[in-house]
Amino acid sequence: MAETLLSLRDIAVRHGEVTVLRLSRLDVERGEILAIIGPNGAGKSTLLRVMGMLQQPSAGIIHFRGEEVGRDNALLMRRRTASVFQEPLLLNASVYENAALGLKLRGLGRAEIRERLHPWLERLRISNLASRRVRTLSGGELQRTSLTRALALDPELLLLDEPFSALDPPTRESLLIDLREILNQTGVTTVFVTHDRHEAFMLGSRIGVLREGRLLQVGPGLEVFTRPLDESVAEIVGADTRIPALVESSANGVARVRFDGGVAEAMGAFNAGARVILCLRPEDIILSRETGAPRDAERPNRLRVKVLKIIPSTLHYRLALQCRGSQLSALITRSAFMNLGVNVGDDLIASFNPAAVHIIPIRKQ
Amino acid sequence: MALIWDGIVTAFSLVFGGDAEVWSITWLSLKVSGLATTISLVVGIPLGILLAMTRFPGRSLAVALVNTGMGLPPVVVGLFVSIFLWRSGPLGFLDLIYSPAAMVIAQVVIAFPIVAGLTLTSFQTLNPNLGLQLLGIGASKPQLLWLLCKEARLPLLAAVMAGFGGVISEVGASMMVGGNIRGQTRVLTTATVLESGKGNFDIAIALGLILLALSFAVNFLLTHIQQREQIRWPKPS
Repeated sequence: MAETLLSLRDIAVRHGEVTVLRLSRLDVERGEILAIIGPNGAGKSTLLRVMGMLQQPSAGIIHFRGEEVGRDNALLMRRRTASVFQEPLLLNASVYENAALGLKLRGLGRAEIRERLHPWLERLRISNLASRRVRTLSGGELQRTSLTRALALDPELLLLDEPFSALDPPTRESLLIDLREILNQTGVTTVFVTHDRHEAFMLGSRIGVLREGRLLQVGPGLEVFTRPLDESVAEIVGADTRIPALVESSANGVARVRFDGGVAEAMGAFNAGARVILCLRPEDIILSRETGAPRDAERPNRLRVKVLKIIPSTLHYRLALQCRGSQLSALITRSAFMNLGVNVGDDLIASFNPAAVHIIPIRKQ
Repeated sequence: MALIWDGIVTAFSLVFGGDAEVWSITWLSLKVSGLATTISLVVGIPLGILLAMTRFPGRSLAVALVNTGMGLPPVVVGLFVSIFLWRSGPLGFLDLIYSPAAMVIAQVVIAFPIVAGLTLTSFQTLNPNLGLQLLGIGASKPQLLWLLCKEARLPLLAAVMAGFGGVISEVGASMMVGGNIRGQTRVLTTATVLESGKGNFDIAIALGLILLALSFAVNFLLTHIQQREQIRWPKPS
């Protein structure tokens, strides 16, 4: 069983009357990469500051390696962690001096600093910039310096607060790939907060979803993305199609649900008559032209839809679809879009696998 | 013109001729203003940092008081320090009136709000998250303060220059609390006032030029340190 490196219990952070973070329990296991996603203002940065012992919570207990964190040992505990923020907050000095700063603060000698820093400067591909003043660097180079400064400390816990959000897409992609490799190779325990689902899914071995200061769900990435616990999580993880539905029947692990627009079959056991939310990820919807007899369109998991809106992007096309009183969102590749020759107002068939349908029971208020 | 030329010639002869009184006046000016500036830095920098980095009830009032203090008229400072140090005043038992110590006290009152105000401004120009980031890589509180001071070193040097410039050139407070006593509390500014009052313009000009040279030398040194790290603006294409 994995060792718990950091545990948070009954944490609350209040700003005046407003509670910005309320967390009953969260454990970070040694060696894992926990990605926390949530919209702006969800409390992600506050959570990271609490984890990094940079902010005293209004209530609650933090344990690091089983030891309770208090004012007396906060510096000692902080020195086992390293934080990287959204902005590469560097001193007005050279790349080397900045990257060496954390080691210097720990009282290491010049030779030891050089020995420990050199491989990281190489690994982050900034050794050629070592003597450059940071003022002359690009955004990506600045963030690489900031990451070098943190990684060179060989921290037990690495805390990353949206470190890529200020970078242009190609720089972000390249840095993300490098960081993924480094984290996998070193096995350093990492908590990474972001509002970008793609980054979270790419880096996180576990994903937590935070909204309005509350942790709504934590689990393996695929589980959180395909089996959100409630509608809020579904929205945050990108299950864009969320339709109110009614369970007609449920037998042999397959539930049949009816909604305004058709019938769907989903995996799982639910009570007949229960009100639920039918969730679908946009990439799980397959679009085709109607070819068979019109009756075919009314099979479960096969809906007759009208194209309302087409939103193009470089890799995919996002289509807003109307199915009687329900709206669906589908994501198709550019080539599939071209093959179909879709226009606004076209009638199409939207189909999906029962395993792709996720049913969220509506809790009674 | 002849008057100015005579003044310059006299200044050179007084300085390079080794006039003992001029040297002792110059040395006292440097000692009093140097010590007052040092004390102002010791008091003003922490006060400026405190005002920049903390929030407490009455902070706005404190900032307004510091900003007002940056423009305190030296004669007003001289008046109140005199009253306090006067033999029958609240601090009269210290027996400091008409002494270099009294002049240092008055100059500290003039300089420390300047240093505190400029420190406050220089810390407020730093990114507010920088402190959090430094703590996030393991800085202790004293290390954090040291690093932030280093990061704000350019404007902080400006605070040192402004503080020193404010006190080396003031005359009202030094005159009132020092009394311009020959050989004891006579400094370059008070001596210049005295000599020009007596019509000895050549000596007054000479003392004024020495004061200017002294002020320039100190500021040149500090400017040199400051501008070593000047930001290089790109050349317009």
